[in-house]
Amino acid sequence: MSGSDTSTNGSGPAVSDKGAAAVTMRGVNKAFGDNVVLDELDMDVAAGERVVIIGPSGSGKTTILRVIMTLERIDSGSITIGDDPLYHMPDGTTPANEKRIREVRSHIGMVFQHFNLFPHMSALENIMLAPVKVHGVSRDEAEQRGLDLLEMVGLRQHANHTPGQLSGGQKQRVAIARSLATRPAVMLFDEVTSALDPELVGDVLAVLKEIAEEGETTMMLVTHEMGFAREVADRVVMFDHGKILESGTPQQIMQEPEHERTRSFLQAVLDH
Amino acid sequence: MTTTALAPDMTDSRSWWQKPRNVAIVAGVVVFLAVLGWLGTRDLTFTTDVQPDGSTSFDWAFFWSLVPDMLNAMTVTAWATVTSFVVALVLGLFMALGRRSTMKWISWPVTAFIEFIRSTPLLVQLFFLYYGLPSLGIVLGPLQALTIGLGVHYATYCSEAYRAGINSVPHGQWEAATAMNLKPSTTWTRIIIPQAVPNVLPALGNFLVAGFKDAPLGFTVGVTGLMFFATTIQARYFRPVEPYILIGIGFLLVSLPAAWLVRRLERYMSYERI
Amino acid sequence: MDQLILSSDRYARLWEGTQITLGVLAASFVLGVVLSLLFGVMRLSDRRFVRGFALAYVEFARGISSIVLLFIMAYAVPILFGLPQENVFILASVALGLNMGGYGAEIIRGAIESVPKGQSEASVALNLTNMQRLRFIVLPQAMRVILPPMGNLTIEILKGTALVSLVSLSDIAFRIDLFRTNAALAETRTPDWILYLNALVIYFVIAQIINGIFRYFERRTNAKYESRNRPLPASDVAPAGMVK
Repeated sequence: MSGSDTSTNGSGPAVSDKGAAAVTMRGVNKAFGDNVVLDELDMDVAAGERVVIIGPSGSGKTTILRVIMTLERIDSGSITIGDDPLYHMPDGTTPANEKRIREVRSHIGMVFQHFNLFPHMSALENIMLAPVKVHGVSRDEAEQRGLDLLEMVGLRQHANHTPGQLSGGQKQRVAIARSLATRPAVMLFDEVTSALDPELVGDVLAVLKEIAEEGETTMMLVTHEMGFAREVADRVVMFDHGKILESGTPQQIMQEPEHERTRSFLQAVLDH
Repeated sequence: MTTTALAPDMTDSRSWWQKPRNVAIVAGVVVFLAVLGWLGTRDLTFTTDVQPDGSTSFDWAFFWSLVPDMLNAMTVTAWATVTSFVVALVLGLFMALGRRSTMKWISWPVTAFIEFIRSTPLLVQLFFLYYGLPSLGIVLGPLQALTIGLGVHYATYCSEAYRAGINSVPHGQWEAATAMNLKPSTTWTRIIIPQAVPNVLPALGNFLVAGFKDAPLGFTVGVTGLMFFATTIQARYFRPVEPYILIGIGFLLVSLPAAWLVRRLERYMSYERI
Repeated sequence: MDQLILSSDRYARLWEGTQITLGVLAASFVLGVVLSLLFGVMRLSDRRFVRGFALAYVEFARGISSIVLLFIMAYAVPILFGLPQENVFILASVALGLNMGGYGAEIIRGAIESVPKGQSEASVALNLTNMQRLRFIVLPQAMRVILPPMGNLTIEILKGTALVSLVSLSDIAFRIDLFRTNAALAETRTPDWILYLNALVIYFVIAQIINGIFRYFERRTNAKYESRNRPLPASDVAPAGMVK
């Protein structure tokens, strides 16, 4: 992934070296009606860190990514991207301001379970859209980068095809390329392989591994792919009932989990 | 009203006409239509004792004095709507079946007729019926011309709704009926139509409301409905503002609740299918 | 059957009438589409007040009869607001446009709602502004759902334009009716039903043209979902072998 050096992103949050905070969540609460999904959640992700979030379905782990991406509003608490607060909370950390939120948001990218590619645009047009329309990159430059990204995900010859003509795995790789196009410092991956046929999962995971090996991008992944987590993650977070149950290296969590619930969850996933 | 309250009670074995509530509804509708038919076929002349003041501002006394005549005119428009709608419902069914026919010499002319009527103005169709047909020796009265014109026009809409409703029944239902060796008549009456009706009813309801809004066009052929009332008053007192505003309000007072009822029906029908 | 054809002089006058009909249609269509977009989007606003206002407009425009709205516009509004009554063309077009906007707004709203939520979420994730999201993502996809009913609505408005003959605009319907009432003066008399049939056929032909135009745009919209034939610059790296 040549040229995706986040430090060139001048106005970006401080993510120059591993150890600085990329994402900080403090006392975040979120409920849908009576259903509490995030319960006083504290979570830190360092710049360049690769965190895999696991947990039973419906435990709210996807919501963590969605509130960071501002797809859901939080009820209270604070979220900081680098040094910039993302949410405007009653305590007045940030003024309610769409312009500011967009500025912070430009450092975050997200890949969805169901790809959400734009069906009326070709693979290349999907990738070029945000650089051209949001970041003011010239069409030529955006096209060149789009083709490079497609090359990276192994789909250069599909540049002119529309999503309807691609397989699920191909779509997801285009979607990953699309979100990389704006060089976000933090990438969120929401169960990106769950909707794929088993034989297509490998290609997508290979792309994710490549991004991870670049080591530049902070990655937060919600996934059930334990083998992948073991290989790639710096840290695995077990999430349940709106809280972090435990957190540690993949070895710690997978070989000697502290909690019975973690153990039974892993058992269920591995048996599957 | 909750879903459960509306859902048919599966333990109740009585036919629909044996349930008091349904009988009451049907009786109510029949009485309503009888009264409407009586009111809506009177000979009306429109006049008011209140002389409008000469000013150009809105004259409230004049406005209120027009209300009784407006209501009379409303019954004529409403009755014309109801009779046309009955024509539309029945004729539309034949058109839908004709269009579905496998015999080209039936389906083709029916289709062409439907498309022609659907894409030409009702006003000119009314003129054709009322002013044009006498040159062929066919003389229609105002209400006849309106009923036929409006009825045929909306029959083409209804036929499309029927067609869509029939097509909305999944193909597997036909196959299942064939597999169970049902007669065509049984397939239609017990399998297809009961499933098509819920899909069609809201559309038909919308057409009834739309027909009500087109019915005042009858004034161009001398039907003494709402527009006839307004143009008469306008011509007699040289005051266009009050009568047109009044019938505008009259329309909203009828068509807004009616549209609301149709939406209720739509939601009720989509509950029923779940 | 040459009786079915009118004299060329009459067709010349009908052509003038057709121009009026098309003029009213074009003006009310433009206004109708603008109102449809505006109120269709407003119906989905986060703000209650905006939603309520849009709903009130839609209910009004659809609840009132177009013929009544036209007469209010042509006769009542000029007096109430002191507008010049001579400009019936504009007043009539506004009436039909207001009417179309009410139905069009519901088409737009339904179409926008039919675009999957994930498309909007992806737009947020790519940091598009709300306007960009609407313009580049939501509306182009909604277009597929919008075009067929919009075509039908446009034909309804074409039919509605015949009403302007009742407020003295000399469109097709107006001129045909004039032929009938002046028939006593004409040296050769055409049966009245043929006059009206001619008018109906003209409207039918216009409707078919409108149909064709909308079909064309439907095809163009659908073509967006198929692959592009624009050439790509040659790759400087050999194509990866992992792809089928």
